[in-house]
Amino acid sequence: MFLLFLTSGLFLGWSLGANDAANIFGSAVGSKMIKFSVAVFVASIFVILGSFIQGSGASNTLGELGSVNAIGGAFTVALCAGLTVFWMTKLQLPVSSSQGIIGAIIGWNFYSGNPTDMNVLGKIVGAWIAGPILGAIFAILLYLLLKLILNKNKIHLLKLDAYLKYALLIVGAFGAYSLGANNVANVVGVFIPSVPEIELNFGIFILDGKQLLFLIGGISIAAGIITYSKKVMMTVGNNLMKLSSESALVIVLAHSLVLFVFSSTTLSNIFQSVGLPAIPLVPVSSSQAVVGAIMGIGLLKGGRNIKFNILGKITLGWIATPILAGLTTFVSLFFMSNVFKLVVVQDESLVVSQKINAIISSPKISTSVASVNLYQPLLFAIIGFLLLTIVVLLVFLTRKTSKAKEEESSDILINYESQEKLLQTELQKVNNENAKLEKEIEFKRKEQMGIAISIIQKNQFLEKLKAKIDKIILKPEVNTEELILLKTLILENLSIDKEREKFNIYVNELNTDFYLRLSNRYPGLSENEQRLTALIRLNLSSKEIASILNISTKSVEVNRHRLRKKMHLKREENLTELISKL
Amino acid sequence: MIKIFKTSKDVIANIDEYFDTIELGILNFKEGVNNYLDGNTADFENNLKIIDKLEEKADAIIRKIENDFYVYSLLPNYASEILNLLEKVDDIIDRTKNTLSQFDVESPFIPEEIKNDFSRLVNISVKTAENAIPAARVFFTDPNLVKDKIQKVVFYERETEKLANKIKRRTFKELDQLKLSEKTHLRYFTLHIEEIADAAKVVAKMLSSLLIKIKM
Repeated sequence: MFLLFLTSGLFLGWSLGANDAANIFGSAVGSKMIKFSVAVFVASIFVILGSFIQGSGASNTLGELGSVNAIGGAFTVALCAGLTVFWMTKLQLPVSSSQGIIGAIIGWNFYSGNPTDMNVLGKIVGAWIAGPILGAIFAILLYLLLKLILNKNKIHLLKLDAYLKYALLIVGAFGAYSLGANNVANVVGVFIPSVPEIELNFGIFILDGKQLLFLIGGISIAAGIITYSKKVMMTVGNNLMKLSSESALVIVLAHSLVLFVFSSTTLSNIFQSVGLPAIPLVPVSSSQAVVGAIMGIGLLKGGRNIKFNILGKITLGWIATPILAGLTTFVSLFFMSNVFKLVVVQDESLVVSQKINAIISSPKISTSVASVNLYQPLLFAIIGFLLLTIVVLLVFLTRKTSKAKEEESSDILINYESQEKLLQTELQKVNNENAKLEKEIEFKRKEQMGIAISIIQKNQFLEKLKAKIDKIILKPEVNTEELILLKTLILENLSIDKEREKFNIYVNELNTDFYLRLSNRYPGLSENEQRLTALIRLNLSSKEIASILNISTKSVEVNRHRLRKKMHLKREENLTELISKL
Repeated sequence: MIKIFKTSKDVIANIDEYFDTIELGILNFKEGVNNYLDGNTADFENNLKIIDKLEEKADAIIRKIENDFYVYSLLPNYASEILNLLEKVDDIIDRTKNTLSQFDVESPFIPEEIKNDFSRLVNISVKTAENAIPAARVFFTDPNLVKDKIQKVVFYERETEKLANKIKRRTFKELDQLKLSEKTHLRYFTLHIEEIADAAKVVAKMLSSLLIKIKM
């Protein structure tokens, strides 16, 4: 039955974990300095430790304000506080569960007719106001200290990055511990008067009902961190603290210190022992401490980037949240009591007499406590096994992750190298092909020149032969008919030449690009003129060209002249030079 | 998380080696151009080979640095800007290499009248780049000193611009014996050398903006 009523408190714990984890690890996770899984692991463990070890201090103060002595009342108080916080958060007001729960307790006090201790209330309100201010002061001091250290030690940015990653993790762990220690009172504080008297004997230590309650409260906060904090860390956490890693570290540390100061019994005792007033152990708002710390850094930097309207919103939260929570609780208690007939308040005199009767009827207090003894060796074995498994898993996961990263890194490098090699091979292939083609072109050019020379030589020989025959014909004693036949044959051979045809084909083949460039630049040239330019490009003289084309040298000169005209060349410009540059 | 210190140590060593390589490249460029101006062809070709290798080495190192930044999420808040900065530093050695190889390929004719000015232009432009590297180096260890170094870069870049303008003016207005093609060629090479100082100035500008970001 108690556990059923505790659900409202656990809901409050869950929402607290989901929202407030972002104050601790939001910046580190949002900026990818720390992995979400690591942050969640550390935060969950330390929030439970904080709740369990140091959670009682702030809870006692809540008890002093109003001891909710019926489980139905505690359920209603926690539920109303939770709903008020939920609604105010929806309105984007920086409220905290601390203010909600205090308001709800005061609401219960009003309903039950219990007097509210104004001294305690004063302490609590004072702590709320002091929270952000102290956060700002801590942040300023820590920031100055960090800057001093960084300025004195010239640390390489990358080394600083590594240090900051570890520091954020350690400070985050401290923050989670302080959050658990301070805020678990909001979660389970109102249930303390109604906790059943139960003991769990673990052999080396015994947990009583109160301690179990804090443990469960801590676990509910951890559950909120594990299940729902990622979204908040990625959005709210990042928006709230879009700062450098150094500033984030200072802010988280300042916030953690504020929570720690308001929950540490030891620190309060030390204060008292040196004659200072005791520190009020009060649950304060984690978000407001963070806002205070951010403002502190903002002030240090000359008041830039400070949104002063947030201060107004915080003040509004201080006033509106307790009033709303109080009113809701008052109405809900009335409703629960009269509609559901739930016992929300127990008569104080009845409670006292019940306790006295219990003591009288059972002389040994210890026997009145339900003692649950567990099978110790098995329990130790299970705990030991679990711890070992966690350690082995951690080592295994760390090694696996680092190995995977190394592999990923080397894979990328190998990939780069192989891509480069592939590209180089392709380039080499293309170069080889180009070289082969160039050789082929060179060979054909040489062959072309060879053919040209052989045509020229052959034609020269035939010309000479023709001249000699002409001389022989003139002699009277020679039979002219046969010689004339021979001359005709030579003349025919001069004009129809297979080699010349082959040469023409070569010229056309080798000069395709050249013809294209030529016709682009000088579109009006005829086919013969184009051939002439190709021969000029071979650096052949007019006489040699005449021989190849089987025309007279004069005709070649005339053609050259026409070509110059068509190409609009000036007198001083050299035709051969221009063509070879094309 | 556990390997983070070893990784950052490796990356720091790589960044230092990268800057060393770039500095060596810049010095080689200066020597190379002076060798060209003095007509020491063999030495010039040697400089060309060295700068080619240094540029390749710088590319390999920057690739490794980029990879480590990405895999190990180093400096997540400034990673992209820092990698961009290193790329811009790489632009300096790229330009020096390209300019030196253009000297080799195009063999510009530099008349005796402006040889001295040209040599001075190379020296000042290189000095701009030489000052940009320590500025980038010191950014990682002591960002407060970056501003002083940047001042020098800005000063030398301005001087380079002035001298380049002077050379161009002389080339086009005083050296009548040069052909227009030769004048244009000279202007082109003056511009190439000026661009090295410009690349250094880009690095300095990036450093200033990074400095603002890191100080916030």
